[in-house]
Amino acid sequence: MPDNDPFRKKENVSGQAGDRLPEPDGFRSIVKRLAGENKLAVFSFAVILLFVLAAVLAPVLTPYTEKQMDLRHRLSPPSPEHLFGTDEGGRDILTRMLFGSRVSLLIGVVPSLVSMLLGAALGIVSGYAGGKTDTVIMRLADLMLAFPSMLLAMVIMYTLGGGLMNIFLTLSLVNWAGVARVVRSETLRIIKTEYVEAARITGVPGFRIMLRHILPNCVPTMLVLFTLNIPSSILTESSLSFLGLGIQPPDASWGLMVNTGRQFLYSAPWLSLIPSAAIMAIVLAFNFLGDGLADVLDPYRKNQ
Amino acid sequence: MSGYLLEGKDLTKEFPAGKNKTVHAVSKVSLGLVEGETLGLVGESGCGKSTLGRMMIRALKPTSGEVFFRSRPLTAMSGKEFAAVRRSFQMIFQDPYASLDPRMTVRDLIAEPLETHHICSGKKEITERVLELMDAVGVPGDFLYRYPHQFSGGQRQRIGIARAVAQDPEVIVCDEPVSALDVSVQNQILNLLSDLKRKRTLTYLFISHDLSVVRHISDRVCVMFLGKICESGPTGEVWAAPAHPYTSFLLRAVPKADPKERTDASLLLTGEIPSPIDPPTGCRFHTRCPFAVKQCAEEEPPLRTRGERTVACHFPLDRNGT
Repeated sequence: MPDNDPFRKKENVSGQAGDRLPEPDGFRSIVKRLAGENKLAVFSFAVILLFVLAAVLAPVLTPYTEKQMDLRHRLSPPSPEHLFGTDEGGRDILTRMLFGSRVSLLIGVVPSLVSMLLGAALGIVSGYAGGKTDTVIMRLADLMLAFPSMLLAMVIMYTLGGGLMNIFLTLSLVNWAGVARVVRSETLRIIKTEYVEAARITGVPGFRIMLRHILPNCVPTMLVLFTLNIPSSILTESSLSFLGLGIQPPDASWGLMVNTGRQFLYSAPWLSLIPSAAIMAIVLAFNFLGDGLADVLDPYRKNQ
Repeated sequence: MSGYLLEGKDLTKEFPAGKNKTVHAVSKVSLGLVEGETLGLVGESGCGKSTLGRMMIRALKPTSGEVFFRSRPLTAMSGKEFAAVRRSFQMIFQDPYASLDPRMTVRDLIAEPLETHHICSGKKEITERVLELMDAVGVPGDFLYRYPHQFSGGQRQRIGIARAVAQDPEVIVCDEPVSALDVSVQNQILNLLSDLKRKRTLTYLFISHDLSVVRHISDRVCVMFLGKICESGPTGEVWAAPAHPYTSFLLRAVPKADPKERTDASLLLTGEIPSPIDPPTGCRFHTRCPFAVKQCAEEEPPLRTRGERTVACHFPLDRNGT
């Protein structure tokens, strides 16, 4: 590294210990490093924050409600009254975008989180225990993966009916198996390392080995999976909504808006283009943030 | 059970190796550790040293044979009984890069045995103990919250040693603890090990293929060849007058700095170590032994005891090397 590297100076200053005991790495220093190393990740975080704020403050930000129809102004192009125009029912697109972001953000994050936790727990137990436990869990995962995921989601949604909670459930059920597989293979690799053997010889109980040695070493993989799961969840929800199984109109979600807007793609392109752009933005933001986090959390890269 | 702290009896370990084949890693080996000694275990790569060392502290289950700790059968203990004595055993690994969890700080690494065996509780108290241990092995306390990859090999090995002694064990199996280190660092680590042994009354089973290292640190030495012990005895005596031909070849193979003292190449051993999947009959060394006769190929030599020394050879060498 050249001497004029701005990051290096910062590291050296914070590396001084002095008389006091060194402090453990807190949340703060992780954020600090993220900010120092990866501007893109910080920008992505800001974008996500912006979307979250917009979702929370939706009713304050707009004079309309998302279900309010105005048949005299159907499909009107963007104008000062309707910044993003109106849809086929004369509803304000911006308003529907704001309210829809609530659904889309929740659908992106919640099922990904649930399937991540479920998949990681089952994957680690499966890899660590081996034998019959492993066989049962993995065959179950195979079963889930063998079904076309869309079909599986449709079956569950048909059975349970539409609605947010059911979408959460469906997406979690569809996604856990992939996570479990990847985490299991990571676990099998980690189990063979000498540091796990060292822990075993020390007498560390199995549960603790899974929690303190295997799980932390799976985190980078899981972060990547997590950020990849978010966009796919948002997209699956939009497909489900398109098929009439997800969010039911007149409720709004980005996926639903893209799909209903498709019929007017040539006459009123803003109907689907605007929500598409929003989906792309949030998906990219999560991906970049995940990338940045994985880098910063990797101890090998620290203080280089 | 004759005054041994830890004693292995007729230990055998076989690993499956494909169709109807087994690797005979260790065959009917008996080994005793006297309290407070350092027993060196030497032999070529793949002769079963590490396997034997791991079986001795129940890190690996033997195919047959028993281990006794203070005359109590370690191998026959239930999980609960073993948990109660587990604290007495630890291990130092060869590769200080692989044996420390890359995602744990030095503090957490050294605290792990303390927490596992409930030696102290409370964050502050544990941190204090960790600092004491770091001081004892010569790692500056400033590095408490650093990660393993930020250290050099020697320092990592010191951290590994701090972990090993944290729970005040009685027996430590050192599996090639200095083989991965620079020669200059090896000496420091060996001195640290001797130092800790004196202060904490430890017993070492010191596994190594490096004869000069073993000579430096061991009180007694055991020479292994292909899953068998061929000779054992006090280090000085074995060095002065090896009784088993294999030992004598091993000692002659140690490189010497002075060219005049170098061994005539014709006196060095040739050929490869036989396969442990299909070990030779009789004496396992007979295929490479220049003194081998018919009896060596047919009959397995028993371990014979002569005073403090044992040797497994039909025709042990006398002092003149014949």
